[in-house]
Amino acid sequence: MTDKVNKTKSEKTTGSIISRRQFTAGVAAVGAAASVGPWYIKNARAAEPLKVGVLLPRSGGQAQIGIDCQRGADAALPILKDLGYPELKFMLADFETKVDVARTQTAKLIDEGAHLVVGAFDSGATMAAAQVCEQRNIPLVVNIAAVPKLTGMGLKWVFRNFPHGPMIVKDAFVNQKVLFKMTGHTPKTVTLMHVNDTFGSSLAGALFKLAPRFKMPYKIVEKISYDPYGRDLSAEVRKAKASKGEALWVVSRLNDAIMMTKEMVKQRFEPMGILSTGPGWYDQEYMKATGKFGDDVISLVPWHDSNKPLSKTLEAYFAKHHPDRQVNPNHTYTFEGIMVAADAYKRAGSTDAKALQAALRTTNITNNVTTAERITFDKNGQNPHVKNSAVQNRGGKNLVILPQSAAVAKPIWPMRPWKKRG
Amino acid sequence: MDFWTLANALATGLLTGLVYGLSALGLSVIFGVIRIVNFAHGEIMVMGMFFALVMFRWLGLDPMLSVPLAAAILFVFGYALQSTVISRVAHLPDHMQFLLLAAIAVMIVNGSLLIFGPDPQAINISYSFDSFDIGENLIIDKTRAYAAIAAVAISGLLLGFFKYSRTGKAIRACADNYLGAQVVGLKVDHLYALTFGIGAACLGAAGCVLLLLIEVHPYLAPGYTLLAFVIVIIGGLGSMTGALVGGILIGMSEALAAIVLQPSMKSAFSFGLLILVLLLRPQGLMGKSVK
Amino acid sequence: MMGVNFLADLTIKGKAGLLLILAILISLPFWSSSYIISVATITLYLAILGQSWNLMLGFAGLLSLGHALFVGISAYLAAYGFSVLGLPPVISVFPAVLLAILMGMLIGYLGFRFSIGGVYFALLTIAFAELVRISVDHLGFIGGTEGLFLPVSEGDRKGVDLINLRGHPFMFYYLAMVLAFLTLAGCRTLLKSKLGYYWQAIRDDQDAAQALGINVFRYKMYAVIYSSGIAGVAGVFYAFYQNSLFPESVFGIERSIEVTLGPIVGGVGSLFGPVLGAFILTPLGEGLTELIDFLKNSGIIDPKLKLNGLKLLIWGLVVSLIVLFKPRGIWPWLSDKLGFCRTEGD
Repeated sequence: MTDKVNKTKSEKTTGSIISRRQFTAGVAAVGAAASVGPWYIKNARAAEPLKVGVLLPRSGGQAQIGIDCQRGADAALPILKDLGYPELKFMLADFETKVDVARTQTAKLIDEGAHLVVGAFDSGATMAAAQVCEQRNIPLVVNIAAVPKLTGMGLKWVFRNFPHGPMIVKDAFVNQKVLFKMTGHTPKTVTLMHVNDTFGSSLAGALFKLAPRFKMPYKIVEKISYDPYGRDLSAEVRKAKASKGEALWVVSRLNDAIMMTKEMVKQRFEPMGILSTGPGWYDQEYMKATGKFGDDVISLVPWHDSNKPLSKTLEAYFAKHHPDRQVNPNHTYTFEGIMVAADAYKRAGSTDAKALQAALRTTNITNNVTTAERITFDKNGQNPHVKNSAVQNRGGKNLVILPQSAAVAKPIWPMRPWKKRG
Repeated sequence: MDFWTLANALATGLLTGLVYGLSALGLSVIFGVIRIVNFAHGEIMVMGMFFALVMFRWLGLDPMLSVPLAAAILFVFGYALQSTVISRVAHLPDHMQFLLLAAIAVMIVNGSLLIFGPDPQAINISYSFDSFDIGENLIIDKTRAYAAIAAVAISGLLLGFFKYSRTGKAIRACADNYLGAQVVGLKVDHLYALTFGIGAACLGAAGCVLLLLIEVHPYLAPGYTLLAFVIVIIGGLGSMTGALVGGILIGMSEALAAIVLQPSMKSAFSFGLLILVLLLRPQGLMGKSVK
Repeated sequence: MMGVNFLADLTIKGKAGLLLILAILISLPFWSSSYIISVATITLYLAILGQSWNLMLGFAGLLSLGHALFVGISAYLAAYGFSVLGLPPVISVFPAVLLAILMGMLIGYLGFRFSIGGVYFALLTIAFAELVRISVDHLGFIGGTEGLFLPVSEGDRKGVDLINLRGHPFMFYYLAMVLAFLTLAGCRTLLKSKLGYYWQAIRDDQDAAQALGINVFRYKMYAVIYSSGIAGVAGVFYAFYQNSLFPESVFGIERSIEVTLGPIVGGVGSLFGPVLGAFILTPLGEGLTELIDFLKNSGIIDPKLKLNGLKLLIWGLVVSLIVLFKPRGIWPWLSDKLGFCRTEGD
């Protein structure tokens, strides 16, 4: 079969001149492989680039975010090369925001020789890809996907460096308490609106399960689920307004976020503030589409730590190549996903699946970008160290407001009324 | 459930329903006269939406101003489609007609995909974020109000055409009695093509108007085809006022279902209604008794 | 559709053709890639569903545009049984198929009792499928929109476990092939039986048949039962082949439409038509993708161009041409041309 590798300009391999570091790594790898057994020799050509299948939604409803994630992956190639990581070659795949396609594309990537798959942003698609990878014995490094089952089903080939639903919710509760205390405004009631898909339902479920344990000061008075393929959200927003919850907590995606904001302005719905756990509300596209009305939304999501040296490198790269874009979780977590793959390859010294799997299990990276103090994987494949921050939209920028140690601005809570903006 | 929330919901539902009604009108006209089930209904409407999008992006035209243009272009499209392609399958069994129109729908969807890409696109018109206040408690958003007014105007035009103009009456004659119409000397083929053209034009107009309310993307269509069918069945196939009444009814009941139940279940309500109507009163609310 | 013995109905050419096809199908895994096997498996699966749908239209006269419903509910039942109750599919196939049949009987009954036919019945099936889809969206215990995931393990591909339907893709391929042949043979037998004669009579002239004392309602129901039952079996296969179920992708209207394409293109009402149709359409779709990729890779088309809809656009065009020029379907024309059959419509 022809090797159908989608060649785009991002498929730059890390140079053809073998540096001294690469040469030494190569010799060491061959030596290590030779000592393990003859059947590894076939794959232990250490100069061979690791074929990384990058599975993302590049078309369909989540296209914007998928393409954004790819920017993080592309940034990884030159940066990792400078850090002495081995050569990687991307095989780009698009699951078109459809779970069925995720399944077939993952199988296709593996058939075409991918040694490892990174993806997939969408919880449902990532689960489907995980099943394929598990059956085919190829590692899956999850860049972004919050559904807890992914690392709760006993899968041996899945590695996730991203918080799952309960982790996001727990940190959200903690950060909310700090926020309310800092600003002196605590809502007594909260309305929850969530998209009715794998991600939204599991996060909302986690929320309800964990709320009593954290003794939150508010009561969730209404839970509104809406169709991800919905045409307009006027009825949903109206219901939220009628529920008289003081604050609004949303779990949504990019397009819903934009539609919801428009409806809220049109219907003059002004909660104390909008708290989001999930994508969309911090996105550049969101802020562009909503303008001044997109300010003051607080996203309780994993973020990167600007003080870390690697973060500075990444931010510098973005300043140079994407000057109109801010570094966000789509970029940072995909970047780290690629880094995890490269790091495992470096230590395994072989593209053999079992060797990669073993190397992934012993990952221990401290020189990273996100707020996790290190990247390791527990026996379920989950990184237990991931943490979540609170980020607020201000004038087209995302400003970290919590945790206080990483904050660059003071939170605005309650949010400014629609009429008083701009 | 407070009264004003309900009132607002129903008002919004009414306005949205008027737009739905306009789109259903296109389907009703085609089915009522030619007896073809247009499974490419939603797709033709989406063509209208994309047209309005392009006009807005290139010329800054408010979608409502694009209506006459869209209607004209889609009229030609519909006329051509009926006379060259669809007339050839009129005598074939239902499932072949369905397949042909479904294949045409697939072509339209994927053609749009090739040209416009898969991302949802919205127009950001100056009054996107504005609303009218009626009294103290009723809030009507501007885009919806304008869309509804346009829908009513166009529907009115159409109804007038069919009731009072000679061509309109000729078309109705074909629908009522095909053989008789031929005997009397009406050029039935031409009238059929005209009807399809009018139906398509109606969809073009509805599409322009709908762009004010929602984002357009190639996969939008099937949902609207189904919705139009639900409306037309409930209102009564072949009855034009039925299509409008059905549209309003569905618009309002969806709004109500969203408030009273879960919003994610609002379509379930419409389908449940469809099943009931199919079983108990298949001619719909205003249709003539069905064969 | 009349005749006595399957093989006797085929001419020498027909027998040779059949042998050739069998040889290719059985040997396929040994000389082709896993990608082709997966395409072939899905094609066989669609051929089975096509037969099932064909029964309902050809003999009960019911145009079903909601066939995904029967496939889906049995898939969900079997999947739930396996992932939550630990029931192997070999056992859960029975309640799953029963559920599909009951659903079929309900819809069939409503259709007959209320005299709903043609387009109206088609809309009824769509409405039911959508209702179930939305309901399942909200049923947390079978996953809802989150999806229902079957437990998989790293050793799944190593063996052949027919009881739990866990194994190498080749196992699924051969299983699909066996099921397809059984369906074909089963339909054939039904058609040649007394039941088949009644069906013919009803299809040709329902009123006359009724006048002759044939219980039209009962025999039409039989057709519905067989149709939904076969769909149910296919559903169980689907669940274990795909390993995850989502309401949108299982009950969605695209699935229902997908089922109808093979038979209509191949020839509704004929026995082999749905099979041929499936074998034309699925490879056509995949072939177009491969063609486009090939053109991109060899530089004839600029690879940067995102030709997202091109494949389906061409595919839609091909289907339209088939409807316009071969409205009876391809199989009747083909079998006449190639002289495969002694009698018509086989």
